[in-house]
Amino acid sequence: MDLSNIIIMRNELSLIVVVLLLLMAEIFSSKNARYMLLNVATGLFALHTILGFLPAETGELFGGMYRNTPLIILMKNVLNIGVLVVLFQVQGWLKKPENNNRSLEFYLLTFSTLMGMSYMISAGDFLMLYLGLELATIPIATLAAYDVYRMKSTEAGIKLILLAALSSGIMLYGISLIYGTTGSLYFNEVMGNLQMNPLQILATVFFISGLAFKISLVPFHLWTADVYEGAPTNVTGYLSVISKGASVFVLITILFTVFKEMSDAWQPLLIVMAVVTMVVGNLFAIRQQNLQRFLAFSSIAQAGFILLGMISGTTYGMATVIYFILVYVFSNLAAFGVVSIVKNATGKDNIDDYNGFYSTNPMLSMVMLLALFSLAGIPPLAGFFGKFFLFAAVAEQGMYWLVLIAVINTIVSLYYYLLVVKAIFVVRVDNPIEPVKGEFLARVGLVITVIGILVIGIYSPIFEWVQALSFGL
Amino acid sequence: MQIDFSYVIWIPAVLLVSFLVVGLFGDKLKPMLSGAIATLAILLGMVLSYTAAFQYFLSKGLVDGTYQTFIPQNWEWLTFYDTLVIKLGVMIDPISIMMLVVVTTISSMVHIYSFGYMKGEKGFERFYAYLSLFSFSMIGLVIATNIFQMYIFWELVGVSSFLLIGFYYTKPSAVAASKKAFIVTRFADFGFLVGILVLSYYTKTFDFQELMSPGNAAITNMTGISFMGMSVLSWALLLIFMGGAGKSAMFPLHIWLPDAMEGPTPVSALIHAATMVVAGVYLVARLFGLYVLHAPDALAIVAGVGAFTSLFAALIAVTQTDIKRVLAFSTMSQIGYMMLALGVSGYVGAEGLGFTASMFHLFTHAMFKALLFLGAGAVIHAVHSNEMGDMGGLRKYLPITHITFLIAALAISGIPPFAGFFSKDEILVAAYASNQLYFWTEWAVAGLTAFYMFRLYFNIFWGTDRDYEHKPHEAPFSMSFALIFLAIMTSIVGFIPFSQYVSPNLVPFTTHIHWNVAIPSIAIGVVGILVAAILYLKPKATADKIANAMPGLYKLSLRKFYIDEIYVWVTHSIIFNSIARPIAWFDKKVVDGSMDGMAWITNKVSDKTKGLQSGQLQQYAFVMIAGVVGLALFILYYLN
Repeated sequence: MDLSNIIIMRNELSLIVVVLLLLMAEIFSSKNARYMLLNVATGLFALHTILGFLPAETGELFGGMYRNTPLIILMKNVLNIGVLVVLFQVQGWLKKPENNNRSLEFYLLTFSTLMGMSYMISAGDFLMLYLGLELATIPIATLAAYDVYRMKSTEAGIKLILLAALSSGIMLYGISLIYGTTGSLYFNEVMGNLQMNPLQILATVFFISGLAFKISLVPFHLWTADVYEGAPTNVTGYLSVISKGASVFVLITILFTVFKEMSDAWQPLLIVMAVVTMVVGNLFAIRQQNLQRFLAFSSIAQAGFILLGMISGTTYGMATVIYFILVYVFSNLAAFGVVSIVKNATGKDNIDDYNGFYSTNPMLSMVMLLALFSLAGIPPLAGFFGKFFLFAAVAEQGMYWLVLIAVINTIVSLYYYLLVVKAIFVVRVDNPIEPVKGEFLARVGLVITVIGILVIGIYSPIFEWVQALSFGL
Repeated sequence: MQIDFSYVIWIPAVLLVSFLVVGLFGDKLKPMLSGAIATLAILLGMVLSYTAAFQYFLSKGLVDGTYQTFIPQNWEWLTFYDTLVIKLGVMIDPISIMMLVVVTTISSMVHIYSFGYMKGEKGFERFYAYLSLFSFSMIGLVIATNIFQMYIFWELVGVSSFLLIGFYYTKPSAVAASKKAFIVTRFADFGFLVGILVLSYYTKTFDFQELMSPGNAAITNMTGISFMGMSVLSWALLLIFMGGAGKSAMFPLHIWLPDAMEGPTPVSALIHAATMVVAGVYLVARLFGLYVLHAPDALAIVAGVGAFTSLFAALIAVTQTDIKRVLAFSTMSQIGYMMLALGVSGYVGAEGLGFTASMFHLFTHAMFKALLFLGAGAVIHAVHSNEMGDMGGLRKYLPITHITFLIAALAISGIPPFAGFFSKDEILVAAYASNQLYFWTEWAVAGLTAFYMFRLYFNIFWGTDRDYEHKPHEAPFSMSFALIFLAIMTSIVGFIPFSQYVSPNLVPFTTHIHWNVAIPSIAIGVVGILVAAILYLKPKATADKIANAMPGLYKLSLRKFYIDEIYVWVTHSIIFNSIARPIAWFDKKVVDGSMDGMAWITNKVSDKTKGLQSGQLQQYAFVMIAGVVGLALFILYYLN
């Protein structure tokens, strides 16, 4: 095997090095050294993130099973930054006495899933994709069950692993149908051999369903609420941002390349799912009292919006999706950052608990405001442009009725985002949450997300750059 | 040689930083420090502006006998489509440089002056934050490379003006005035926006240079399309002028300006006398090439509105007793002059005198009107009242204010060698060459101006002492410094050979004083001053007698021709009753009703479907499987 080009896989290799180092440290270090090790691990990952921004080579490896393109590198960098922010946010929680012992495990598991996502994104054939997907899913279930002594956390882990198994079964079924009808698993070879016969249509549906589970599109979303609520806050953030972002990226690239010939089949499918997902996500979000659960449903609705960009199948559509992922990563992580700081300090995570939050925690309130406004799509924050471009992509196709539905859903979502804002800023109570101060790193994480929200919104060349990397059917 | 004005961007950048720093952290800093930060920022801007002006006018601007336009920066800010791009940038040409000088000079003086005037006021740092915001926005407007950028900053100066008029937000009249200013100018800006949209719809560009480029086919095309008796281009330019008329307080959109005097006096000097209110003039000047070459009918309307406003406002100013209001109406009247000058101007060579004169008058007016306002501020500071009746004999107590105010009053009355004489003379020459009616109107207005200005002067500084609560005292050094500086400017800027620098087609030309126009205009100015002296120098009852002799006319002028009352009648009786009420009913019953219905349905559905989320794993798995099957069936069915 020719390994001279192995450097193309630099991102994964450096991640593997970090994981192996941590594994060694985990085995050989004394308990007292753990606390310090955690910082070293964070530093290592920060280094890994920075490395990702060095000019990277693109190309294929292993006979086309693995590939790297500028767009893939961009996506990996975004995921790296997102994970770094999650790591920053998780410090306060990991350094609690009950978690201190196994805090490195959290890192190992997180990095493993990240590696899985990297392979999934870079996959050049279905086998690689599937392996990456599994590597990205199974450790997350253990992360969700990280608080083993808390019933809800365990429940979340169990539910996630069982349903994930079911969904990957469905997906595998789809892949087997593709292999059966085309005789290959390589994307390049499959691409030319799909011609809309019924088996291949079934395969497309099954394949999309498998990824729809990860993105929590309706009707594959039911796990989301229970898992998001039960899992530790930071894991929820990780699930709803990083894992979802990676899966969306994979879905759009594969639909736009491998399933190019099947667009007549998946376009109506996506339209139906987009509408249903937006509506159901919003309807359920209205009713939530628990902030984590609320963010879970809001993220379902957001996933519905993301689908809008895919429907068009144009370069512009793809650019809008990728751009929206960027926006979504920073906005949602900012919201989760605030929630996790508050929950670590006080254990409170109901919307009512946040009544009068502004009077005691003005800075955190402002971050939350920015995040929620960006999620709701209020100009000039990033979220507005994200949504605006998505809608424009749909309108370009002449599907104005779909834009109308999306706009109505945006209004509904505005209502519930503003409910939280109202609790924080308007409602006055005698005993609001006392002033809390996050870990230093957690605050750094918030600063990164806020900068992201503002810069992506105002600095327009980002969108043009994304658009230059995108492609259409 | 590399010509580079890229440093100009630092002027707004520094002001924006100053606004953010003082605005966000002002309450944590010492008030004086906040003021110092803002003042340093604007002084830096002033130095850079002067550097740019010297560099541009004296060495680099003129190439082959034509002033060049430089665009050191022009960033794409929002890209919607290839044809719909909104840019932000810096445009350097004679009028933008001139405006930079005006804005930074006046703003610097106001910053310095306010150290004394606003001392000890609550919200001192807030005041300076707003000043920075205003200066930033105004400069962004001035250096705009395209009409959309101009519109953005246009609204930003509107906001700053709103904030500063309502600075004393605990005072109901200030709040009402700020709202009035905002609503009236916003209403006018609606016209501006529609005008921009019409213009860019046909031309596919916002860019000034592209719009003005000779032989622009889209513009010629627009002149060919007729709509209700005028070309589409004329309509667009008229709508844009509507925005300018709102900002520049032209009749009938002037009603906000007198009320805007509720703001602190330095603000009146900066925003409502020298800079923001002339933005409308600047706007027309910016697009002058379009007006004069392609839409003479629109330009004629500009001239008519300008001439009428200048007369109308001067008539009102004669009877007002609040000294700031007199100055406000005088501002309107002078801006009317500028608009008229633009309106009667041609394009090439000496025909462009009107344009040059308008810009010249804008420049000199900024100096002497700011000086008048700041002087009025010093008077108000000393006697704690705006009413003329509470003043008198102040020349003994306020010698510096007295002398500087006198200089400014002479300047605005058109008495040589002060600045106003030269610019007003050019305007009159331009009017004379175009239309005798305009000339005589403006000639008469010049007399009225001299009269009301010296009525003000004599009432404040001569006559008998009133029983002041405490002895009026001269303003502190920071205030008198600004007064003296502006007085010096007022005395010398008239000698700038403006036509060498500013002309419509960027080619310099020479002018000289036309004595056949200058002598009558000086004469009428002197007559105005003499009449004022006779009536007001010594306390006599003559003035009251005259007023009583024609009560109707006096009242008409005092009540500002009842324009405010007409507005109230139109809005309350006609718009509110016959338009707003039915709409409100429709809104409440039909629009709200359907929205409420939707919300109700949403709530119900949300309530009913909650059961789907049962927490039962089996059920989740079932829904997933059912979902896959359902989707597969749907697609297979759909494709057949």
